[in-house]
Amino acid sequence: MERVFKTFKKGGIHPPERKEFTDHLPIEQMPIPSEVDILLSQHFGAVCKPLVKKKSKVTEGDIIGDVEKGLGACVHASVTGTVKDISFSPHPLLVSIPSITIQTDSDAEIRQYEPEDWNSLSREEMLNRVKMAGIVGMGGAGFPTHVKLSPPPEAKVDTLVINGAECEPYLTVDHRLMVEHAKEIVEGIKIILTILGIKRGYVGIEANKPDAIEEMEKAVKEGSNGFDISVVPLKVKYPQGSEKQLIEAVTGRKVPAFGLPFDVGVVVQNIGTTRAIYEAVVFKKPVVEKVVTISGRGISRQANLRVRIGTRLKDIVEFLGGTIPGLKKIVVGGPMMGFAISTLDYPITKITSGVLFLTEDEVDLYDYKPCIRCGFCLDACPMGLQPNEIGIYVEAGRAEETGQFGVFECFECGCCAYVCPSKRPLVQFIRIAKMKAKR
Amino acid sequence: MEKAEKITTFDTHVLSVSISPHVKSPVTVEKIMWTVVACLIPPLILATAIFGIRVLIITHISVISCVLTEAISEKALGRPVTIKDGSAVITGILLAYVIPPGVPYYLPILGAVMAIFVTKQLFGGLGSNIFNPALIGRAFLMATFPVAMTSAWITPKYLTFNVDTLSSATPLFIVKHYGIQALIQKYGSLSYIYKNFFVGIRPGCIGETSAFLLLLGGLYLIYKGYIKWYIPVSMIGTIALLTWIFGGEHLFQGNPLVAILSGGVMLGAFFMATDYATSPNYKTAQLIYGAGIGAITVLIRLKGGYPEGVCYAILLMNGFTPALDSWFKPERFAPPKGVKK
Repeated sequence: MERVFKTFKKGGIHPPERKEFTDHLPIEQMPIPSEVDILLSQHFGAVCKPLVKKKSKVTEGDIIGDVEKGLGACVHASVTGTVKDISFSPHPLLVSIPSITIQTDSDAEIRQYEPEDWNSLSREEMLNRVKMAGIVGMGGAGFPTHVKLSPPPEAKVDTLVINGAECEPYLTVDHRLMVEHAKEIVEGIKIILTILGIKRGYVGIEANKPDAIEEMEKAVKEGSNGFDISVVPLKVKYPQGSEKQLIEAVTGRKVPAFGLPFDVGVVVQNIGTTRAIYEAVVFKKPVVEKVVTISGRGISRQANLRVRIGTRLKDIVEFLGGTIPGLKKIVVGGPMMGFAISTLDYPITKITSGVLFLTEDEVDLYDYKPCIRCGFCLDACPMGLQPNEIGIYVEAGRAEETGQFGVFECFECGCCAYVCPSKRPLVQFIRIAKMKAKR
Repeated sequence: MEKAEKITTFDTHVLSVSISPHVKSPVTVEKIMWTVVACLIPPLILATAIFGIRVLIITHISVISCVLTEAISEKALGRPVTIKDGSAVITGILLAYVIPPGVPYYLPILGAVMAIFVTKQLFGGLGSNIFNPALIGRAFLMATFPVAMTSAWITPKYLTFNVDTLSSATPLFIVKHYGIQALIQKYGSLSYIYKNFFVGIRPGCIGETSAFLLLLGGLYLIYKGYIKWYIPVSMIGTIALLTWIFGGEHLFQGNPLVAILSGGVMLGAFFMATDYATSPNYKTAQLIYGAGIGAITVLIRLKGGYPEGVCYAILLMNGFTPALDSWFKPERFAPPKGVKK
């Protein structure tokens, strides 16, 4: 049977995928480190207030920080041990944020989680378990999941889209999760559909993950009884995993500018989030672990690792055998939208999907030149914006006038900067424009 | 695998922390420009074969003058010297390609100064010029050396047709002043015209004669994604259509094929009208821009004082580019209300 691969219409690029470093490597459990740093702001939303004191004893799964008011999600002790310190940890975006350091008790028993039949649970109870587990969107943005699963009554949600695109180069977390935990993900989809009170769910997966498509289709066939779940194979094109582009590719609906998926009756969840929801509802297991892809030519061994939240990067580097000479850039996240960091003290958070150790031949180190008006960025931009003009305006000191080019609709996917033959730092220009222009 | 370093702390001064995206396409300005240069070489080889070594000398003079002018102007204007990016080399080649093979050797030097110093660097350098530098160079030479620029043609050595009183006059000149029948008579038959013009064995400017080689280069640039098909197709299509309608003695009797195989249509369509800085950036605007060039070309050919109009047509439409760019923008992805799609 000839398969039809869907995709979004406007723009997009094909950067080298470099997924072959890790896409065949099974998820590997990293030993629990001697200390972890739990950031009190793991993601989008308010900073948590610590609920423990220095020298408190904590057990894996205890809530140690929670938001007092506003949007957010609680954080848990990811290991059993003693609170060593409540101080600050480095953060790629916010520079430095409050964190709780826990010293692991190496003699503590490993906590076991008992399964329950979720079919007997009420929707409210399932939603509460998601909230208590501190789940946030694991694709990168980190929006609190319990909020996303409680759409306002006026939003007529009829479709769930599961994001298995994983369009960022290098990253293979969702890929491995789908191959190794397809059944649990399908259960997770059913739980989400039940919470939302709808029947239809799609799983969008890019064609460069044929084994994931196969496993997921098998699991859907066996396990979707009573629900209308289907796997949607997608053409390989970045940024397919962007919410708006994915919704368009899978359902043909277009989320309006500044709108939410609710506005077109859709809820989107990432693969990792879906599995976390499954574990939270069935096992009452909070987010204490995260699977991350450690890749790039600058690390002596690449891997897909399951690590405790708060594991410091230097422990991971040590576990994998150190870095390799020629390392030029360390990136948290994917190479298109991730953040470069300068220290290995950085701890893994709930939204870390990977850490890349890139050598000189893997990264862009070009100097930039003036715009030659080739128009490549106009064709690459999935939002139909004019990155060329924004860049020129910012350079000319007229950033506040860039609203006319749609600068606030930009989600900084980096397609424009990727294709630019003058290697102009267009994303940087756009961030400057967003700070100065009026909405 | 290289031997791993057993270290977990290192000198962070060596780490780059620039913002995303951390990977970029291998296509650079230099790569694009030198690819265009490569695509322009085959017509030069053919021109050397049919017109003699003189065209090779003219092209070299033109390229060297352009590169030197670029370097000197950039130094004088306090800008970084960018002669390695290949753009001045392209201007040099294109300038030589749009002048007749028999002109005095100093002509391209004057053209180069006009093209690079005045048209390109005084307007801000690569990407900032409004008009195509090589074509301004040609227009300048047309105004200052009209005799050389309209009569220094050379008859291709390998042409077998009868060389009569018209000697080496260009096909467009013959068509304009004596009609298409005179051209057919001169070359023997229409199919002979098509064959020779397609290969490039006809009098004309240095680099414009071979439709085949220019097409080949242009298609390669489209295949690489460096240029789009919109401008060449709309320009050539418009010339063919309008010549067919208005180019004959009566309506719908013109010969579109002769029209697009003669003069500078192929060179202009693929290598000049598509110049990044002077053409619009987006699809719709590019289609209109190409059609505009085609229409003005035909107007000049049929009604103007010159037999050929591609050069002025492109320059006139260059002036339209900023307006076209602001009128026709990319289609936004579900823009907020009140914003034009």
